[in-house]
Amino acid sequence: MTIRSNRDHAQHYRPRMTCLKKVEALVVEMQDAKSGVPASEQKLTITAIPHVMTGQDILAWIANKMKMDANEAQALGTMLVAYGYIYPLQNHKKLVLQPDGSFFRFQTPYFWPVQKYQAEDIDYAIYLAKRNMRKKGSLEVYEQERYNEFHKWLNPKWDFIVLQATEQYRANKQRQKADRVVFDCQERAYWIVQRPPPRAHSALDCMNRLVDPNDEKRTYDHYRRNTIYLMQAMARSRVKSTVSLGALVKYINTYKNHDPFLAPCAPSNPWLSEDDTYWEINLPTVEVPTKMRVERWSFSLMDLFNDPRGRKDFKLFLKKEFSGENMAFWEAAEDMVWGSAASMADQSQTIFKTFLAPGAPRWINIDGRTMGLTVKGLDHPHRYVLDAAQTHVFLLMKKDTFFRYLKSPVYKDMQKKAIVPALHNYNDAQVEANAKNRRPGTDPILIWQQMDTERKAADLAGKPVDISSIKNKIDRK
Amino acid sequence: MCDQTFVAITFGPCDNCTKTKPLMNIYLNNEAINYCSLCVELMACQGLEKGETVAKLKKETEALKVKLEVERAKLHDTELHKLAEKVEAVGQLNIKARRVLKGHANKVLCMDWCTDKRRLVSSSQDGKLIVWDAFTTNKEHAVSMPSTWVMACAYSPSGCAVAAGGLDNKCSVYPLSLDKNENLAAKRKPVAMHTNYVSHCTFTNSDLQVLTSSGDGTCALWDVESAQLLMSFHSHTADVLSLDMGPSETSNTFVSGGCDKKAKLWDMRSGQNVQSFETHESDINCVKFYPNGDAFATASDDASCRFYDLRADREVAVFTKDSVMFGASSVDFSMSGRLLFAGYNDYTVNIWDVLKAERVSILFGHENRVSRVRVSPDGSAFCSASWDNTLRVWA
Repeated sequence: MTIRSNRDHAQHYRPRMTCLKKVEALVVEMQDAKSGVPASEQKLTITAIPHVMTGQDILAWIANKMKMDANEAQALGTMLVAYGYIYPLQNHKKLVLQPDGSFFRFQTPYFWPVQKYQAEDIDYAIYLAKRNMRKKGSLEVYEQERYNEFHKWLNPKWDFIVLQATEQYRANKQRQKADRVVFDCQERAYWIVQRPPPRAHSALDCMNRLVDPNDEKRTYDHYRRNTIYLMQAMARSRVKSTVSLGALVKYINTYKNHDPFLAPCAPSNPWLSEDDTYWEINLPTVEVPTKMRVERWSFSLMDLFNDPRGRKDFKLFLKKEFSGENMAFWEAAEDMVWGSAASMADQSQTIFKTFLAPGAPRWINIDGRTMGLTVKGLDHPHRYVLDAAQTHVFLLMKKDTFFRYLKSPVYKDMQKKAIVPALHNYNDAQVEANAKNRRPGTDPILIWQQMDTERKAADLAGKPVDISSIKNKIDRK
Repeated sequence: MCDQTFVAITFGPCDNCTKTKPLMNIYLNNEAINYCSLCVELMACQGLEKGETVAKLKKETEALKVKLEVERAKLHDTELHKLAEKVEAVGQLNIKARRVLKGHANKVLCMDWCTDKRRLVSSSQDGKLIVWDAFTTNKEHAVSMPSTWVMACAYSPSGCAVAAGGLDNKCSVYPLSLDKNENLAAKRKPVAMHTNYVSHCTFTNSDLQVLTSSGDGTCALWDVESAQLLMSFHSHTADVLSLDMGPSETSNTFVSGGCDKKAKLWDMRSGQNVQSFETHESDINCVKFYPNGDAFATASDDASCRFYDLRADREVAVFTKDSVMFGASSVDFSMSGRLLFAGYNDYTVNIWDVLKAERVSILFGHENRVSRVRVSPDGSAFCSASWDNTLRVWA
């Protein structure tokens, strides 16, 4: 049978089916009499069924046409069967394409999955009733259960269902034996795909979308909103492709030695060697970091900040330079942005008193305009009130302090101290032995608690000393 | 906080109603002004004036769209694969499934890694949330959710809590405990409340805020302690299926993708939709930022994954192949950003070379569609969750 149809599969049809446009084009090609899959007539329990193909032939044709290897062709073939474009003749419930001599046929387009009308329950009930009529007891257990359920739920329409079933049964009887067998096979295959037996995976399963994006009528406010957005989008500053794409390529080049998929990680990738030393030596609370980790700190300020060990090192450097207030301010502002809503007011007051008020103990040096904006904003404290000041401080640290840090003795010292773990070279037997002794690792809650106590202790130590309380003790006269 | 930041006035007196609120910067008659979101909405919804018709407004919008494309094309002077010609090709990857995590009774819909690089949380259609130590394949916690189809789950940055949501229209946070036998379902804290299913949720940089996207077309930022809505993001015209927060330097922004085929970049401070990309031909199932925050990738039902550059404001690569015919459900980048792992509805995972837009490898093993692919925080492995009730960790 040759089918030369190819309809448009825009979003108008059922959701998630746009991919089937390509699939159907492929299926049409497969059925071409000259260049398609070779088909022949096969005898199956007394009747001769035309246009039957073997699994092997289908796979070979797909592999040849799409220039794939056997595994991929197998995967694609299985999808064709799972979606109902090809159906198996022998083991009709197993929707997989086997690379052997088992027989398959193409499904008629009437039964293809992307029809405008979904397979309704009523149609299924009619089909089951028809099968039941033909030979009592030909329904499988799960089909019988469903049939009984339909009888309960679709009771008002039952007369209609029985009527339709009888009509179809009668019409079928008038067909030729060969046609009848073929049609029965096709219909059975269709329903296996649309209403799979229990515990079978169905390829058609999906979450339906709530809104059909093509259905809605657009009102004027939708266009107004689009116009507002577009005007703002046009006024945005853009960057030349060479610059931005060049930056992407540069990023990849910088990090390629640190990517475990591209370069081996020292001492070994825990997933490959079953040895989690790699994670143990890279814990956030470790004393001496690895060389790779220290190298990553030099890539950008954000890489340094994201690593708690790196932050500790940076703070050490700042302490030596007596310029720790920028970092402390940045951290306090981050806490505010990501903090809970209830603590906003308190946090903003503390930050103001500690960093921004004239004569504050850890006064940060930012330009007048930013300071003015920030102080004014603190009248109505909200989580982004420190955004301008935070950005300014961050850029200061990034453009100046960071480079001095990288040249400083603190960093150079750390580079010397950093360990280079020896590569594990486990052979297969050792890997298996490791697999039996996998360590459970520390619970992240414990690590977090440890870091939290450390942070609180550091905060307390960093707090400016309250002179007045000490003065009271000294001044006793 | 990339080099392109400018001090935008994100909070202050609105130019129209003079109340102090979060501000969006928009352009009226080519003049930059700052309006609060309420004033912007009022402006959009005011009735049609004399001589204005819906058709005229539509024409105006279409004309602006064309102008925007022209503007974007002006700075387009090279293609990614041209720049990548000098870069050497990715060698042979020897990736195999190292762990198969079995335990769910139904389709696994979502998973997320913990920051300790070995634990992960997964949610499934049977209503269960399981926290695994993927390295030892032990199940550490199992929580029963009140509804089935738990489509979104996330691990908090501290590792002390997980969030999950789905068809119950809510996203709830469950604090984890060291005691394995404790009933975590009792400590459930409902945080987000949408008017339709929650498709994706994630914690922001701390445990105290959750960002969710929903089938009702909006994204929202919630405060965990008080379960209060902090900011909502409206612009999508259909279900929003996925979102991703920008990595640290740009963490005031996030990108979302939806059934209206658009991927949008949002400013979290003002709730404004800053950039929008509409080049896909079908629903966008997943969006993910590039590790440096200046680009992102999307996976869609039209069987392609696309790569967009935020600074150049355009699509720069399309990952597609004739033999890849089925929709992509999820994408993630490797640590350096060179490899893109994409899970598809034809039960496979394809690995693409981002620079050359070529497929490097294809992985088989799952017996049903792959619903989510996530690379571990240190990039040493990636996990794929599938509708065949299992999760596989590949390295």
